[in-house]
Amino acid sequence: MSKPCHSGLGKSTLVNTLFKSQVSRKSTGWARDEKIPKTVEIKSVSHVIEEGGVKMKLTVVDTPGFGDLINNDNCWDPISKFINEQYEKFLKEEVNITRKKRIPDTRVHCCLYFISPTGHSLRQLDIEFMKRLSHSVNIIPVIAKADTMTIEERQDFKQRVRKELEMSGIEFYPQKEFDEDMEDKSDNDKIREAMPFAVVGSDKEYQVNGKRVLGRKTAWGIVEVENPNHCEFAQLRDFLIRSHLQDLKEVTHNIHYETYRAKRLNENGGLHPISSSDTQESNL
Amino acid sequence: MDAIMLQEKLVERLLCPRVRTARQKEKQYVGFATLPNQVHRKSVKKGFDFTLMVAGESGMGKSTLVNSLFLTDLYKDRKLLNAEERINQTVEIIKHTVDIEEKGVKLKLTIVDTPGFGDAVNNNECWKPITDYIDQQFEQYFRDESGLNRKNIQDNRVHCCLYFIPPFGHGLRPVDVEFMKALHEKVNIIPLIAKADCLTPNEIKKLKDRIREEIDKFGIKVYQFPECDSDEDEEFKQLDKELKECTPFAVIGSNTVVEARGQRVRGRLYPWGIVEVENQSHCDFVKLRNMLIRSHMHDLKDVTCDVHYENYRAQCIQEMTSKLAQDNRMESPLPILPLSTPDVDTEKLIKMKDEELKRMQEMLNKMQQQMHEKDQ
Repeated sequence: MSKPCHSGLGKSTLVNTLFKSQVSRKSTGWARDEKIPKTVEIKSVSHVIEEGGVKMKLTVVDTPGFGDLINNDNCWDPISKFINEQYEKFLKEEVNITRKKRIPDTRVHCCLYFISPTGHSLRQLDIEFMKRLSHSVNIIPVIAKADTMTIEERQDFKQRVRKELEMSGIEFYPQKEFDEDMEDKSDNDKIREAMPFAVVGSDKEYQVNGKRVLGRKTAWGIVEVENPNHCEFAQLRDFLIRSHLQDLKEVTHNIHYETYRAKRLNENGGLHPISSSDTQESNL
Repeated sequence: MDAIMLQEKLVERLLCPRVRTARQKEKQYVGFATLPNQVHRKSVKKGFDFTLMVAGESGMGKSTLVNSLFLTDLYKDRKLLNAEERINQTVEIIKHTVDIEEKGVKLKLTIVDTPGFGDAVNNNECWKPITDYIDQQFEQYFRDESGLNRKNIQDNRVHCCLYFIPPFGHGLRPVDVEFMKALHEKVNIIPLIAKADCLTPNEIKKLKDRIREEIDKFGIKVYQFPECDSDEDEEFKQLDKELKECTPFAVIGSNTVVEARGQRVRGRLYPWGIVEVENQSHCDFVKLRNMLIRSHMHDLKDVTCDVHYENYRAQCIQEMTSKLAQDNRMESPLPILPLSTPDVDTEKLIKMKDEELKRMQEMLNKMQQQMHEKDQ
């Protein structure tokens, strides 16, 4: 999973909340001597988490520096490169003569893109990024720090964002073209209507109505993260983890990876991309 | 010697103030204590003006805050552009002027808006249109001031710039630093933390500390509240101290009125509570309003006139004199100012007088020489 956005939009907190564990190291902003990196960096951290006897190796890829500079031209290039490198690694393993039974899969299955809750519309940077990457990775747009907007503003903003995504031809996950049957389509339609999810993350617990809940405490009330009346965190979590996790992997493998593979093979005139770089002869 | 004494008495009479009449001497009261009232009456008649600039990315709540501060609705017919439409937009400067009146005092308020700032993918020098605008206003005032007819000078200089820092970051971003550094010697900058209702009190404190640190570190000169006089009472001094420690102000604005605690107040209604704009424990809106409008509006104007404008003017004159020296013209003691309305007739007159002076000087020189020869 990869998550680009400007720093400070709550990426690390949200990931920690989603997986109920410290999988993402929260940076306390730029340390005194650290400057905002001149180019976008890619930092990848892996954890093995377990639930009900099921183990999962979760890798979170962070992209500090994205969108933070004055000139953000092509700041999506390092990210695009990283995603393609993972595909390349997998491809190399796949075409090996003696290949491992289970190829280590470092491909990015899902990209959570955090949209700034300005309340107006998407930023140009958002559109540029999503346009370029929606064909190589599953993008799930998320409205960060949703406690900035009232319910009305949130609905207006979501509608506008959806319209803009449509107008720009950006297909976010779950993509309409990959719906397999009518049941899938109706389920996914409901989800698409509700996206992008407006979320609030928190790793602190407070007492509300006798229960301990995750939330943010302000002078005028406590925002409960898992309360569906307050924000859509629960919906995002259910969607991402409880129902579509496997599907995300399948779409990545069957569609995005295959697209990449076909492109690579075509570049080499139908030859194995690896063999043509190793030897000068053609062999298939 | 009588003549001398008389002369002295005359000088005394002329230089000293009028001798009080016997009756007034008893009261020990001249009457100029009414001067403040006279000034007040004249100012109220003339009316006041104030130019405020708001800068920051779109969606920071600038328009809402301005509406909340001045209880107006300046942006009724605004159409928000979507991202596609904004792709080729450059930073614009838009002025809204509104005349408001309160208790007989008129204020002509001009809000200078800067849509498009910081919204592009490449924001290199996106502050240039803003610095150019501020310089243009200074230049226009400079010309008017140096002109011949100075009765109706229009003062369009920007008195204060509210800069909105997004609350989503971890402090100042590169674009914030560059913007403030480009403008801190041209205009009074007041940095604000926008949309403060998405931060918990702890987070606000951390962010404020962080921003203050970074402002020091980068040497940004934001507007400093003047020190209060030593003869003010303790309560005032305490309030003043609190105000200074609260910067940058974390503000929230609202265009809607909600019902809270039995009263109708400006606020934002969330499922988890109601944020009241004018509640001091919710945000610093009241502090900002008091500081900007109720106590320091005039000081902001003074600093603009006395410091920023004078800096500009000095720089301008320096450039002009150095240009003149380069052109190898006669070094004139006064810089030749570009008069906005060169009056041909008066110029002719000035030339004539100059020539006359030259002639008289030559004659004097001749006479002096003759006298010198005679003596010898």
